Amino acid sequence: MNSNRPKNLDLTTIQLPLPAKASILHRISGFALFFAVAFMLYALQASLESEQAFGGIQELMDHWLAKLITWGILSALGYHLIAGVKHLLMDMGIGETKESGRVGAMITLIAGFVVIALAGVWVW
Amino acid sequence: MVNSVTNLGRSGLYDWVVQRLSAVILAIYTLFLFGFVVASPELTFAEWHGLFSQVWMKVFSLAALISICAHAWVGLWTISTDYITGSTALRFLFQLVTASFLFSYLVWGIDILWSV
Repeated sequence: MNSNRPKNLDLTTIQLPLPAKASILHRISGFALFFAVAFMLYALQASLESEQAFGGIQELMDHWLAKLITWGILSALGYHLIAGVKHLLMDMGIGETKESGRVGAMITLIAGFVVIALAGVWVW
Repeated sequence: MVNSVTNLGRSGLYDWVVQRLSAVILAIYTLFLFGFVVASPELTFAEWHGLFSQVWMKVFSLAALISICAHAWVGLWTISTDYITGSTALRFLFQLVTASFLFSYLVWGIDILWSV
C-alpha cells in the first residue's frame, strides 16, 4: 500500500458514521460518570447518615442545580447502560454487519434519547 | 502503541473480561436500585436505611463499588492510551490522578457502607 497516500484524521472535518457517533457518546458518558460517582457517594452518605440528613437531601433535590446535576447523571448512566448492552450483544456476534451495526446504533441513540427525556420528566 | 505496563491485567483479554463482568454487575445493581426507588415513590429514611442494613445489600453494594473502580480504570486507561500519546509523563500523570480518584471512591464507599 502506498504509505504516502493522503490521510485525514481531523475529527472536526470527518463526518462520523452513526455507529461512531453512538460509540463516542458511550465514551463521553463513561468519562462523565467517572466524576458522577463523587456526587452519588455524597448523596448516598447523607441519605444513610440520619433521618435529618435524609430529609436534607430531599430538600436539596428541590434546587434547580441539584435537579440539573441529577438529570445529567441519570442521562449519562441511562445512555451508557444502553450502549453497554449493545456492546455485549455485539460481543455475542449480534449486529456486527455494516447494515445491522447502523440499525443497532440507531436503536441505541433513540432509546438513549427516550431514557434521557423520561429521566428529565422524573426529576422535574 | 503506548505502554501496557499500567493496564489492569497486563493483557488486553483480561481487561476485556474485567470490563464485561463489572459491566454486568453494575447493570444489575443499577436496575435493582432503580426498581427499588420506583416501587416506593414515598421512600422513607427507615426503608432506605433498612435496605442498606441488610448483609446481602452490603455484599451487593461492595461488589458494585469494586466493579465501578475496575470498570472505570479500564475505561479511563483506554482513553489515556488513545488520546495522550505524545507524552508518557502526561499519560502517567493522568493515570495517577485516575487511580487516586478511584482509590478514594473505594475507601469512601466502604466507609459509607460499613457505617450503616
